[in-house]
Amino acid sequence: MYEGVVQDLIDELGHLPNIGPKSAQRIAFHLLQADPAEVRRLAEVLIRAKEQVRFCAICFNVAEQQECRICRDPRREPASLCVVEESKDVVAVEKTREFRGRYHVLGGAISPIDGVGPDDLRVKELLKRLADGAITEVILATDPNLEGEATATYLARLIKPMGLRVTRLASGLPVGGDLEYADEVTLGRAFEGRRQLDV
Amino acid sequence: MRVTHLSLADFRSYASLEIALQGGVTAFVGPNGQGKTNLVEAIGYIATLDSHRVATDQPLVRFGAPRAIVRANVEREGRTQLVEIELNPGGANRARLNRNPVPRPREVLGVLRTVLFAPEDLALVKGDPGERRRFLDELLVARWPRYAGVRADYDRVLKQRNTLLRTAAMARRNKTSGPNLTTLDAWDHHLAKVGGELVGARLALISALSPLVDKCYAEIAEGGATRIGYRSTLSPEPDPAVDVLTEQFLAALGQARANELDRGITLVGPHRDEMVLELTSSAGEAGLSAGLMPARGYASHGESWSYALALRLAAYDLLRSDGSEGGEPVLILDDVFAELDAKRRRRLAERVSGADQVLITAAVDADVPEQLIGQKFAVAGGLVSAA
Repeated sequence: MYEGVVQDLIDELGHLPNIGPKSAQRIAFHLLQADPAEVRRLAEVLIRAKEQVRFCAICFNVAEQQECRICRDPRREPASLCVVEESKDVVAVEKTREFRGRYHVLGGAISPIDGVGPDDLRVKELLKRLADGAITEVILATDPNLEGEATATYLARLIKPMGLRVTRLASGLPVGGDLEYADEVTLGRAFEGRRQLDV
Repeated sequence: MRVTHLSLADFRSYASLEIALQGGVTAFVGPNGQGKTNLVEAIGYIATLDSHRVATDQPLVRFGAPRAIVRANVEREGRTQLVEIELNPGGANRARLNRNPVPRPREVLGVLRTVLFAPEDLALVKGDPGERRRFLDELLVARWPRYAGVRADYDRVLKQRNTLLRTAAMARRNKTSGPNLTTLDAWDHHLAKVGGELVGARLALISALSPLVDKCYAEIAEGGATRIGYRSTLSPEPDPAVDVLTEQFLAALGQARANELDRGITLVGPHRDEMVLELTSSAGEAGLSAGLMPARGYASHGESWSYALALRLAAYDLLRSDGSEGGEPVLILDDVFAELDAKRRRRLAERVSGADQVLITAAVDADVPEQLIGQKFAVAGGLVSAA
């Protein structure tokens, strides 16, 4: 245990995700030895981020204004919508530059163990967005784990009756990888999802 | 396949141990409590990352030591591989293969395959259905490693679904607003999909295993026939096709829905199914019908023992007949001969004498049948010496 404020700092850092006690201690001492101006900048940006950043009123991605950059962009295709769990998933899909539609951020996946049900996610808001008929395809891009799959199944069952095209991201082998390094589950999935080669 | 060298550090009663092993039959002989079973337990651990005696790793580490290390050289078709596992209770275990660390200890599974029979296996016949389900599923994974993932997925979906049902049941009892139950259908869908796969694989396994068990039982026990069946909560007549099983599972869930909501738990599925062991009595008393009866409850102690042994030997035969894929497993018989009479000992000895490697433990020399001449070690006071 350290004295007073040092321990407070370590404790606070330790509450952050993926930061254990050892890492918290390392970061704390890094901050204590750093240039005061640098630490002030960090503190200010933390407060400013918390005060200024909000969630887009349409897609619930993080945004600095009422609506996020993507929802405001008129060049985006209005007909397709990609449903993801978290804002960081939006960034991941954006990096591909493959997808030109817009997003909907659920804020998690259904998981009774963690006490998360559909009412804790932005499902109602999703259905409201789909109601006006402008969107014709919904891509379910939740994580390929059991909770993500269950969430996708749940949403598909809600959306399909509305007459929309519902798709799910493919799962299988990583590109550029070696077949021999794939685990049995991934390889099994890849076999399930095999497709005909067009030559 | 055979273990050619075993090395232990702070494993159970052994602070440090190095022994070289040969193919064929090896017997570890010594009085009770001297550490015979610890040796075969260590070899079993290399194969399964699990002990046949305890559920956690803590008791495997010598009392007072921070960690234990188990090392084995495994020879298969002339090639030798070195498997090392470091047991860190309270932390993550680590494994190395041929001196290279592997990302997950799971990756060394399959390098060594064992079939282990121990006195605890009596529970296969006399114990709860869970014991028999575990036997089935472990054999399933040994034959087809993919099912380790299917099993883990099933357990996870089941846990999610049970939590949902339990919260709903509690809310209903307390008359508060419960969770949104519209997601139940989505969980049902996934439970039925993985559950169907699991039951399908179990049925295929049982149909391959049943005749082998019958044959093994007839060999060890004086006459008597056995049959293994599968009683499923999905349907009285589960269909071997996975698609049909998934449909049957969904139908069963539909029927059980009201009851499940009431009790707050999943009532149908492979986690409630039962492997049914039946046998005809060999007693041959007048007036007794020769029909099959359930082994649990009806079988005598001797019959139960023979049945448990027949299950393990059949598992061994099955893995062996699968061919080169996994290699012939190492057969481990922990303290098995003391329970058998002279005739059965001889028959069991004849049966296993041709195996690649058999490891036997016994309390006294007289327990080891003469036919099983091979390497012999005396185990006393934590020391293992060639005898």
